[in-house]
Amino acid sequence: MAYPYRHEKETRILSECFGDPSARTVAGWKKHGGYQGIARALEIGRDATIEDVKASGLRGRGGAGFPTGLKWSFMPKNTGRPHYLLCNADESEPGTFKDREIIRWTPHQLIEGCLVGSYAIGAAHCYIYLRGEFFETTQILARALEEAYAEGLVGRDIMGSGVDIDITLHVGAGAYICGEETGLMNSLEGRRGEPRIKPPFPAAVGAFGMPTTINNVETLAATAHIARHGGEWYRQWGTDKSPGTKLFCVSGHVNRPGNYEFPLGFPMMELIEDVCGGMRDGKALKAVIPGGSSVPIMSAEDCRACTLCYEGVEAAGSMLGCASVIVMDENTDIVKQVRRMAYFYTHESCGQCTPCREGTAWATRILRRIEDGLGTEDDLDTLIQISEQMTGTTICVLSDSLAMPIISSIEKFREDYLALIRRGERVGAA
Amino acid sequence: MADNGRKADTVTLTIDGHEVTVPKGTSLLHAAETLGVEVPHYCYHPGLSAPAQCRICLVEVEGAPKLQPSCVTMAQDGQVVHTESAQARRMRQGVLEFYLVNHPLDCPICDMSGECKLQDYVFNEGREHGRGREPKRVFGRDDFGGDVLYYGDRCVMCTRCVRFMDEVARDGRLTVVERGDRAVIDTFFESGLDGASFAGNIVDICPVGALVSKDFLHKARAWDLDHTESVCPNCSQGCNIDLHTRDNLVQRLKPRENPEVNGHWMCDYGRANYEWLNRPGRLEAPAVGRGDKRRASDWQHALHALFERLAEAEGASVRVVGSAFSSNEALDALRALAEQAGTLQAGVFRARRAEDEDPLPGFPILVRRRDLAPNVDGAGILGFTRVGDDDGTGGLEEAADHDGVLIVVGDELADQDESFGAKAGLFVYLGTFDSPAARNADFVLPLTTFAEEEGTFVNAQGRVQRFRQGLRGPGTAQPAWLVLGTLAAALTGGDRPVSAADAFASIVQRHAAFGGLIWEGVGSAGAALEAAHA
Repeated sequence: MAYPYRHEKETRILSECFGDPSARTVAGWKKHGGYQGIARALEIGRDATIEDVKASGLRGRGGAGFPTGLKWSFMPKNTGRPHYLLCNADESEPGTFKDREIIRWTPHQLIEGCLVGSYAIGAAHCYIYLRGEFFETTQILARALEEAYAEGLVGRDIMGSGVDIDITLHVGAGAYICGEETGLMNSLEGRRGEPRIKPPFPAAVGAFGMPTTINNVETLAATAHIARHGGEWYRQWGTDKSPGTKLFCVSGHVNRPGNYEFPLGFPMMELIEDVCGGMRDGKALKAVIPGGSSVPIMSAEDCRACTLCYEGVEAAGSMLGCASVIVMDENTDIVKQVRRMAYFYTHESCGQCTPCREGTAWATRILRRIEDGLGTEDDLDTLIQISEQMTGTTICVLSDSLAMPIISSIEKFREDYLALIRRGERVGAA
Repeated sequence: MADNGRKADTVTLTIDGHEVTVPKGTSLLHAAETLGVEVPHYCYHPGLSAPAQCRICLVEVEGAPKLQPSCVTMAQDGQVVHTESAQARRMRQGVLEFYLVNHPLDCPICDMSGECKLQDYVFNEGREHGRGREPKRVFGRDDFGGDVLYYGDRCVMCTRCVRFMDEVARDGRLTVVERGDRAVIDTFFESGLDGASFAGNIVDICPVGALVSKDFLHKARAWDLDHTESVCPNCSQGCNIDLHTRDNLVQRLKPRENPEVNGHWMCDYGRANYEWLNRPGRLEAPAVGRGDKRRASDWQHALHALFERLAEAEGASVRVVGSAFSSNEALDALRALAEQAGTLQAGVFRARRAEDEDPLPGFPILVRRRDLAPNVDGAGILGFTRVGDDDGTGGLEEAADHDGVLIVVGDELADQDESFGAKAGLFVYLGTFDSPAARNADFVLPLTTFAEEEGTFVNAQGRVQRFRQGLRGPGTAQPAWLVLGTLAAALTGGDRPVSAADAFASIVQRHAAFGGLIWEGVGSAGAALEAAHA
């Protein structure tokens, strides 16, 4: 076992060295094939590297699932201006703890991914934007980066190729919204962390006004392997629409929560019941949030046939997001859970767009009142309407991310709300 | 046909069923405006960047997956836009409801009430009843320094004020602090806006009552104010303004848009200096006789007596003192009368000069000029010579001791003593206030201020600008051009001017710099003088 929990069914590509501190050094990482990806990329050239990533079908692991190779191909060529690669390590989605683990155990895996990405898009400078609370993570990464510079893997003329790629760590101040790609850019530039209106898109006008690509930690880590083995190799796992492996962050009421790596398309119930050792204390499953707090909640029934790939979770009425599976048992008070999450979004709203600034706070206050037993049935309609007014009306999707859980929880757990409103009964409250 | 006639730099689209052709790069919001359709907006302001964050200007664009912010979505050929579709209306109603979640609805004590965009939009299409039952969050009031008070509870977080200070004043003294529904506008330091010279504009551009003027606080309701197109009289930039008046008093000055002169803005110095227009104790009726022989009179008798004195003085040496606060019409009528009455020795005027000028960095056409009077340039073009010191005193030694005909118009002679004009054969004083230095005047005639009459000034750019009458003059005070023009006409036997337009027409005849201009053509926005003469 080791590393909190492991399971024999796992396919460990990204997580091979989780729990093994020896992989934190250049030499240790090279034992696992490290830095062969960037070496091959430098050999086959930029366009071929992008083609490899396109062929792999890798989709962005930050939550939106946009094809990474396609994103890279949006970068303009021969602009004569600096290009930037940004690595989004501002992992703050409630329930998500995969990027932190990639960096903690295999910092060179990320550094190599950043090199591959930077090289492919013609960036001489990559910024890794780290979440402010990642103290240990940042230290480990900084140490690894120092070593990589000393070894000539990063900086001038990397690996003797004539290519210059610098990597800079930038530590945020702990704002969820700075994990939104354009909010991250503003924060990186020293402005308020507020998402920017698109267009212009980052590939045209990004960080410091220059063509920019921004990728998630897990995405870049995966490109290091794809660069090494080629695109087709990656397709041996996963489904046609969701190729490759993915880290699943399982938290909540299971016996063995943790990070598990599986090919996409892995059945949700097998993850919960087998891999994670089933529900804690033998309780019944009540609900699952499959992709981080921003996605619609699923009832136990929705989970039965659900497979964990982009299309599989969508078919079950939710979204894979960043595959942060939050499992809740029968003793969960859904109203309280939604209210607590709403409070999170209220707290993290940057405040520039009206529907988000006012809507998240208002919804939280209504949910609080319902939770206090002072709600009415009208409140549920109001909540749904507020949520609709928060969907698709703002610059970024933060308010949509609260709207979806609210709407889905009222649809799927209306009885829980009504019990509280009509009879003051907290369903599930232990 | 449409295709052949269309230029490549325009696009044609359909908004609410109407086809409209606009230049490329026009936003949907502007394109709609050309059709007379106002798309509600808060964060967008034509003088500032557009962050597209208020989310109330969302419109439906056929083919787009979501509603689009019309302030930053550029018009494209063949686009079909709906500002009034069910989806757009529902979304606007929703956004308006959000705006009211924490808004205190203190319209009865809010200065912005009556000209508030939140009031307007909610009245137009908001929900009839609010659904909010939760307590509202409270920020209270913050003194931003300068003339500006901030009521955080009323704020819609459009950030126009922050962007004005950053982009136009280039003096980043404001920012958004905190986030989410705790976000408020704040200053960085205790000094706030103290010493900023254009900060008053943030009160104008605030779409609601969040930023209000301390000077205007609780002074008048917006709907009780009359608005008169005018020109700021406090420096030679001549910013286009509206006089806001009530009870025959100027209550405040507001900038009026003119892209050639002041954009949407004006300086705090100009804005703050209007109380002199309301100063009591004005000259109200003509008076005749020197010193102790001074007797009240009326216009008929006074003008008749003055006419006779002028006719007697024919051929005498004439000196006139004008004012850079007088209209072109007054100054030219003064000059014409002086030329008619005798030999004009000199026409002079005095004006205060500031030590330096103060440009608006983000709109550099607008400069608070050194000359702190509105018609310094007009006076120069009309043949008057500037005399005296930068503080507006001195320079009248020759006039004071003149032994011929002496006519003073609009200069209060504040620095002169009672010996002024003692040697004059005929001393006529036309002004708004009596003065100790007018003791020797044979005639004291009451004039209106620029706010009480019509006329034109020439600004530092060589631009003729019209102002209109916003106040009633006190008593029987008259415009100077009417008094002087009537006398000149009596001397020549010509037609007397009956309107400022007549007086202006006479300037156009007499001065090449005004060549080709017509009164109506000067309009609200003014007109440039011929460059060679200006």
